[in-house]
Amino acid sequence: MKNIKVLGPGCKRCQATEGMVRAAANALGLEVTVEKITDYAEIAEYGIAATPGIVIDGKVVHAGGLPKEDDLRRWLQA
Amino acid sequence: MNSVTASINAARRSQGVWFTGLAITIGLWFVLYQQLLPLAQWMVAQMPIAPGSHLASSVEFFFFDTPKVLMLLTLVVFAMGVVRTFFSPERTRALLAGKREGLGNIAAAHLGVVTPFCSCSAVPLFVGFVSAGVPLGVTFSFLIAAPMINEIALGLLFALVGWKVALTYLGFGLTIAIVSGWVIGRLHLEHWLEPWVLKVRAGTVEIEDAHLSWIDRFEAGWDAVKEIVGKVWYWIIAGIAAGALIHGYVPAELLSGIMGADSWWSVPAAVVLGIPMYSNAAGIIPVIEALLGKGAALGTVLAFMMSVIALSLPEMIILRKVLSIKLIAVFVGVVGAGILAVGFLFNALFS
Repeated sequence: MKNIKVLGPGCKRCQATEGMVRAAANALGLEVTVEKITDYAEIAEYGIAATPGIVIDGKVVHAGGLPKEDDLRRWLQA
Repeated sequence: MNSVTASINAARRSQGVWFTGLAITIGLWFVLYQQLLPLAQWMVAQMPIAPGSHLASSVEFFFFDTPKVLMLLTLVVFAMGVVRTFFSPERTRALLAGKREGLGNIAAAHLGVVTPFCSCSAVPLFVGFVSAGVPLGVTFSFLIAAPMINEIALGLLFALVGWKVALTYLGFGLTIAIVSGWVIGRLHLEHWLEPWVLKVRAGTVEIEDAHLSWIDRFEAGWDAVKEIVGKVWYWIIAGIAAGALIHGYVPAELLSGIMGADSWWSVPAAVVLGIPMYSNAAGIIPVIEALLGKGAALGTVLAFMMSVIALSLPEMIILRKVLSIKLIAVFVGVVGAGILAVGFLFNALFS
């Protein structure tokens, strides 16, 4: 089971990103846990400088702006 | 139905289709753009308004400027959307980390213009920069330049008011960002950051390089158009309406009396007035256009515009999470002083 973290202080795009992650996982029939990280210090520790960010199993795969759906599916299946 | 969708999707992935489509669209854009003034005049002539009246002049300004500004905005946002795919905050940070002050401030101010940035990302960006070893003053140069030299404002100024004003805005905006950041760096105010900021040790991150094709970049440009134009169009309509009223009704003698180069107090008044006003950069330009047309002094108008865009209350509230009140005061003071200097200098040079 993959652990996915969505990093972001709670802006609109961060919420949209979380929705996209869940939808993509559902569509692929993957079991995942999705966590939201809203603490600024914790976000910074992942080394990203723009939100929203996506971390899958501890690895940062995306930072800044909405992810593309194709990429999202690829990261989830990797 | 499915085959239609499939062929549309196939066309979207074809570079040839994109380039041809773009060429045709831009051609049409210029043809249409040339027709806007006669069209607006024709529309006003169809209405029961006395020609040459205040109302006619206001309505014509509105009918001419609305499509004009929206068309320009679309073009500028698309171009910037494409340019910005070449930059990212992470890459900019890597370029700036460990840079010395001085040169670092100059680089940061320039990168601030082209790096994608939204104010909701200001805190992660600030912490991300400082914790990765970008000097505080250099970070500030970036943080001042990013909102102040708004590429949309720049594009619209260029098209509506002229290249001289646009270039001066760019030049002075960069100068303020560089000098303000340098001054803040010299003051060594690291201990005025919120304490948790200095404790953060940012991990290094290697995000796989998205291999972007030209199609991806064009699509990013198009996404930017949908998002930004969708978000700011009502600011623009409001700005044009305000501009139209000024254009039609405000007597030139009154404005040049208040905002002319002879009244020295107009520059500080413009800066103070601009701080609580928060408008989208795109909305303020039609107002600027109308004010300049009525004989307001260029320095006063630019000072007002920079103050509205660069010193915004919502952004200060967001930054309070990482900066102490004292540091925010220094930030506002240094940037405000820079804008004042630009205003006075301009009025002295161009009057």
